[in-house]
Amino acid sequence: MTTDVISDITEAEQGSSLWHDAWLRLRKNKMALFGGITLLLFVIIAILTPLIAPYSYETQNLDLGATPPSAAHWLGTDIFGRDLLTQVMYGGRISLAVGFVATSVALVIGITWGAIAGYVGGRVDAVMMRLVDILYALPFMIFIVLLMVVFGRNVLLLFLAIGAVEWLTMARIMRSQVQQLRQQEFVEAAISLGLPPHTIIRRHLIPNALGPIIVYTTLTIPSVMLLEAFLSFLGLGIQPPQTSWGLLISYGAETMEEFPWLLIFPGLALTLTLFSLNFLGDGLRDALDVRRSKD
Amino acid sequence: MWRFISFRLLQAIPVILAVITMTFFLVRIAPGGPFDSEKAVMPEVKAALEAQYRLDQPLFNQYTAYLGDLAQGEFGPSFKYPGRSVNELIGAGLPVTAELGLYALLVAVIIGGLAGVMASLKPNTAQDYLPMSAAMIGICMPSFLLGPLLVLVFGIYLDWLPVSGWGDIPGDKILPSITLGSAYAAYIARLSRAGMLEVMSQDYIRTARAKGLPEWQVVTKHALRGGLIPVVAFLGPAFAGLLAGSFVVETIFQIPGLGRFYVQAAFNRDYTMILGTTVFLSTLIVLFNLLSDILAAWMNPRLRAQFGEK
Amino acid sequence: MSLLEVNDLQVSFVTRMGTNKAVDGISFSVEIGKITAIIGESGSGKSVACYSMLGLIPQPPGRIDGGQALFEGQDLLQMSEAQLREIRGRDIAMIFQDPMTCLNPFMTIGKQLVEPLLYHKDVSKEQAKRRAIELLEEVGIRDPEDTFDNFPHQFSGGMRQRVMIAMALINEPKLLIADEPTTALDVTIQAQILKLIAELQTKRDIGVIFISHDLAVVADIADQIIVMQQGKVVEGGDSQHIFHNAEHPYTQKLLSAIPADSKQPMEDETEPLIQVRKLCTWFEQGKNKKPVKAVNDVSFDINRGEVLGLVGESGSGKSTIGRSILRLVPITSGQVSFDETDVTQLQGGNLKNFRRRMQMIFQDPFASLNPRMTVFDTLAEPLLLHGIANRKTVASGVLKLMDDVGLARNFVRKYPHEFSGGQRQRIAIGRALATSPEFVVADEPVSALDVTIQAQILDLMQDLGKEYGLTMLFVSHDLAVVRHLADRILVLYKGEIVEQGTGEDLFERPQQDYTRQLLQSIPGRALLS
Repeated sequence: MTTDVISDITEAEQGSSLWHDAWLRLRKNKMALFGGITLLLFVIIAILTPLIAPYSYETQNLDLGATPPSAAHWLGTDIFGRDLLTQVMYGGRISLAVGFVATSVALVIGITWGAIAGYVGGRVDAVMMRLVDILYALPFMIFIVLLMVVFGRNVLLLFLAIGAVEWLTMARIMRSQVQQLRQQEFVEAAISLGLPPHTIIRRHLIPNALGPIIVYTTLTIPSVMLLEAFLSFLGLGIQPPQTSWGLLISYGAETMEEFPWLLIFPGLALTLTLFSLNFLGDGLRDALDVRRSKD
Repeated sequence: MWRFISFRLLQAIPVILAVITMTFFLVRIAPGGPFDSEKAVMPEVKAALEAQYRLDQPLFNQYTAYLGDLAQGEFGPSFKYPGRSVNELIGAGLPVTAELGLYALLVAVIIGGLAGVMASLKPNTAQDYLPMSAAMIGICMPSFLLGPLLVLVFGIYLDWLPVSGWGDIPGDKILPSITLGSAYAAYIARLSRAGMLEVMSQDYIRTARAKGLPEWQVVTKHALRGGLIPVVAFLGPAFAGLLAGSFVVETIFQIPGLGRFYVQAAFNRDYTMILGTTVFLSTLIVLFNLLSDILAAWMNPRLRAQFGEK
Repeated sequence: MSLLEVNDLQVSFVTRMGTNKAVDGISFSVEIGKITAIIGESGSGKSVACYSMLGLIPQPPGRIDGGQALFEGQDLLQMSEAQLREIRGRDIAMIFQDPMTCLNPFMTIGKQLVEPLLYHKDVSKEQAKRRAIELLEEVGIRDPEDTFDNFPHQFSGGMRQRVMIAMALINEPKLLIADEPTTALDVTIQAQILKLIAELQTKRDIGVIFISHDLAVVADIADQIIVMQQGKVVEGGDSQHIFHNAEHPYTQKLLSAIPADSKQPMEDETEPLIQVRKLCTWFEQGKNKKPVKAVNDVSFDINRGEVLGLVGESGSGKSTIGRSILRLVPITSGQVSFDETDVTQLQGGNLKNFRRRMQMIFQDPFASLNPRMTVFDTLAEPLLLHGIANRKTVASGVLKLMDDVGLARNFVRKYPHEFSGGQRQRIAIGRALATSPEFVVADEPVSALDVTIQAQILDLMQDLGKEYGLTMLFVSHDLAVVRHLADRILVLYKGEIVEQGTGEDLFERPQQDYTRQLLQSIPGRALLS
């Protein structure tokens, strides 16, 4: 009997989960795949930069000055004779780090906040979301500028400040997800089976809310990176001796008439990364069949 | 509807108050203090200065006095340029920035809206892919990169358009407006495409077709209104973004607008100036958000009724 | 000459997954002054056939492969889009299934109403408005002058459908196509709309195509009936022929799926398992609004082994009663006892033990299964939770449940989206029975399913009810289904019980006006007796 049962189960046709279906759809989307691979490549390069950068970050060669791309310097050199490829690689480390870390900050705060508000509901929900509404109405872009001016330009603060802006949308998305799911009959079925709340959250709510969160996370990273680049361009973000793509673009813009490659290559790096993330995010949205959020 | 407007206005008051309060105290607790002068000054001069900026009073009194000033429309004096006030700078910069913002918004709404609606009418064809690819480029090409590139190509290599100034040489307004507006054109294109696609799949569009209306009437009379509500709701956030974008664009093109003053003030650590401009700009943004919200709600008869007829 | 004559119409949908022949060579005709009903289950191609003639399916992915559709002798399929536009809304008008979504929410009904008139005919705005108001009056809208400038959301579903009908008739078309026009409506409203369509048709002597999934709905109004299955016409003829001498097995299956008998009530009295006393479940609406009294002062018993039917229209509170008993919504006041224990006060472990003994089967099998869990996980969850099986025995427990509900064993590792609606409902029933409960609430368990599937699921529930010795609360809007299944029936109206009795009592000797109204609204009553 038991052996029959086991063979019945193991020989049963393997179903195709929604995740698997989504992966099949994503694989067909060439742009999304291109985005994913490019992004992966950039992240690997960023991690390995100290090992694989062609020159050391500090090396200057004032005699050399700015030279166009050559065999020795693939992307050319800047006015201090520094290798631009090395600069772009180190800049990418910071830009990507800001993107990922600030998004993680937003993710953690937003999901927790939204999940609690959505699950508890009632007064708690009303108060929590009222607060989000008020913060939402604040002109944060200006506040971040102010913050950077007042407290000096410090990377950690930048992470926190950007994360603090982006969590609001995350909280809204998570809350509406949880609220929607809670009304689904399969959650009612789980309650009527007598499952404890933490099991319901773990087995029934989270796996179903994951899709929109993955999609939104992918689309938050580029907007965070843009914000960082924007601030750095104005001189209010990353400060020398550190560098980021935004800062490199800012330097490049100053000397673009004589040395256009100093603007073009960092710009290309940033644009390509943003492209990859957006294509990947759009592709994930289609693959996971997430409807566009109304907020 | 009036209930909705007054309801939203009442909501805006605490937000504006919060902005003022946060900005005020943030500036006061700045490390080192805004009024620790780098140069040694005579004690009497310092005292006179402190009196002028009310620094000799307790913090709370400073705060209430500042609120009182604001209520009279007085944003305070500049710290770095004695004799000039924030009001004067706003008076000089605002018209320029407003004009720039208006052109950029026009670029965004007209180009973006047209592209989005066109794309939505023939989804998954060249008419869709072309504008949407352009929109993707627009989103991934931030103004601080697009601006210099446009200057490089149209200003320097081709020498078609002036590369700086505002209203000095004919055509010098073109590049800044495009630079500032393009990203928002891209967003609006995507928003209006998604909105229109959603509406065009609704049952009432089928009803309109079943009536025998030609397709352009189906689109203009039945679909456009619902499809563009998300775009109208986006105008508020877009305005905030345009203001912030004007910091960059005015810096790149050396335009004497509010954004450039603000960035300069930030660099000069001109705290009273920052305080005043932040409060002013924030209030503007909050009010504009309100306006676009009200407009979007007014376009939806169900919402209009909810707040109007009870 | 027929008003409309369709010959060998073929329509397919071309997608990346392949070509799907939605309409596979159908022929039928519609006569002036007659109602022709097209009957078929979802996916049978009945709507696609009608939409494609009028150029209302998007092409691509749709594609008309061949055939003719002669409207007054002219082939609609050969017409240009401009020519079709002239016909649509003038000579051929349509009404659709869901009146909630078919009217433009951004436009007043008046504007929408006069639109086809202004577009197709040379009339002034004032004339159009006068005509529209006359028609609104004719279809039964009160105060048409005042409501002319109202928006759709200010009307109820039934009223919106009346507006849709007025809009369709405003150009006095020769052919009216009604696509499931009553499916989204309550039974009593459905009866009114059916009557209205029949009256307007007779008065104007026009042709009507009435598309429906439900033979019973068209029983009273159709002259001709065409039965479609998988894109083909399996049988057609005048309605007397179809109802009394149907030849095709599929038509016979559809007919036999209409439950026509009363269940014989249980013979021996048993003690009550569930006692509901003065139950009130109110929903708060916010600070300044009165609460919605979904269930108001309701008392009844359910005896051991009995199937109690709960009948009512939407908003009658019938689902809320079931959910209140199972503690899925908080009750406002009253008592619910199960096997002499007050369920409303249970907490923690005690509540969990009671949950094992009371289960629920939900309405929508697409929403009631977690889309990320396989059948195995779904069925194993209750077994493991309540210690009915352990890690070693859980597999055989799951397979036994699958056998019981009639699912093939090799589906056990599949996910819900890979199943049809009927199969999903079987999984949901299996989950409810996993804990071997004594009491089950079935909340409209078949109303989301096709008619023939409904019959299968109802049979399954009856068999399993006996096998497991279940006591059941069967909630439904469909009196015929309830009569077929329930020992006793409660009729609910606006949160209160208006009448109760055996199926026979209610059908033969209704005491209350509302019950009588409900009975008269049952579509195809002639078929039931």
